[in-house]
Amino acid sequence: MTSSSNCAHEVLAVLAKDLRSEYRTRYALSAVLLFAVTALAVVSFSVSPYSLEADAQSAFLWIVLFFSAMSGLSRSFVREEEARTAMALRLAAAPEAVYLGKLLFNITLQGAVVIVVVPLFLVLMDIAPAHPGLLVWAAVLGTLALASSSTIVAAIVSRANAKGALFAVLAFPVTLPGLSSAIRATTAALQGAVGRARAADDLRALAAYSVLMIATSLLLFDFVWND
Amino acid sequence: MLTRCARLLTGLKWFLGVWMTVVVIAAFFYAPAARNLGQMSRIIYFHIPAAWVTVLAFLVCTVYSAKYLRSRRAEDDAAASFSAELGLLFCVIATVSGSIFAKAIWGSYWNWDPRETSIFILLLIYGAYFALRSSVDDPARRGSLAAVYGILAFVTVPLLVFVAPRIPAVQSLHPDGPILVADGGLDMDARMMTVFISSLAGFTGLFVWVFSLRMRAWHLVQRLAHRQED
Repeated sequence: MTSSSNCAHEVLAVLAKDLRSEYRTRYALSAVLLFAVTALAVVSFSVSPYSLEADAQSAFLWIVLFFSAMSGLSRSFVREEEARTAMALRLAAAPEAVYLGKLLFNITLQGAVVIVVVPLFLVLMDIAPAHPGLLVWAAVLGTLALASSSTIVAAIVSRANAKGALFAVLAFPVTLPGLSSAIRATTAALQGAVGRARAADDLRALAAYSVLMIATSLLLFDFVWND
Repeated sequence: MLTRCARLLTGLKWFLGVWMTVVVIAAFFYAPAARNLGQMSRIIYFHIPAAWVTVLAFLVCTVYSAKYLRSRRAEDDAAASFSAELGLLFCVIATVSGSIFAKAIWGSYWNWDPRETSIFILLLIYGAYFALRSSVDDPARRGSLAAVYGILAFVTVPLLVFVAPRIPAVQSLHPDGPILVADGGLDMDARMMTVFISSLAGFTGLFVWVFSLRMRAWHLVQRLAHRQED
């Protein structure tokens, strides 16, 4: 009882530390958000004369979200290594607490990006989603999937040499099952005509993917962190 | 004891050479061509075993990665990386041979058929694995980071099997009809079946043989390095 509440306390402490340092510098948020908005603007003004099919729209949306995640989510661990604070963090908190704290921070960061990008996308591309509820679910679970796969990859990358270039290379094959399910669920939400059962299948696959990634990461994180 | 073991291994090596020769000859002259695909169907004796070894090598790599994380022996890390090297080689063989077959039968080298998607992602995983290995200097850290990434990637592969057939691009062009029946059974002539199974066994043997060669070479290099230190 005490150990579990202690662990939750540590998780929240790591999250609060990251949020505070992010609030002070706003480095990751501004980089990721500006990247996402820039990419969205490029997509929007290059295709605005055409009305796209729903599957092309959802593909564009998730390409923007995926690459904005790639541009910023590795910061959480890379910053610790660059600022040489990783050792202090290793002493202060249990590995699982560090992982969960960073995961929550990445979910928050990517969630903030999604909250800005998805409405902007709907406005710029002039889309009225057929199933708004489904779209929200796809966005929430897709955010969870992106954050859960990229947190452990970020931890791996922060211990390697070519940090920036390596992150997308390592994350893409691992993220692809989640990304593809998110694209399909979003397509169903935008189209409407597609059966809801199929979208529910995709959402379930997305949730299963996130749970699998988080569970595997919790088991493996110690080997990345304390080596 | 050691010499008898070594003699047995040499015998097995020669047996494997004869076996593969017979399989290659039988694939062209003994097995009949499939009804709808004609002579093109002979690809199954080489393409599918290569794809099988790709997956097998990935599994072996994962097992050695897990062993390395438990034991921290450099030998296990080397084994995992050798297995991944062979997997990458067979993955390229399976991809290229399948792509040529696709051009001959379906008219295009590549069209994101689900199985093409899966093998492409395997290629990406193998590529990422070696990119990660080459970017870490410290051997112990390289071993554990690569092991973690290998296990992480392996865990996502079953999901890929679920997701890939649902990617909307095209439905599978892979010939289920003449070779694999819808319910998963095999519909082959007895002679085709014999050659196919023999080829699977031969390719597996080939993988085991080259893998053991790599391990022996690694042990020799280690021993030499120790001797130079002494």
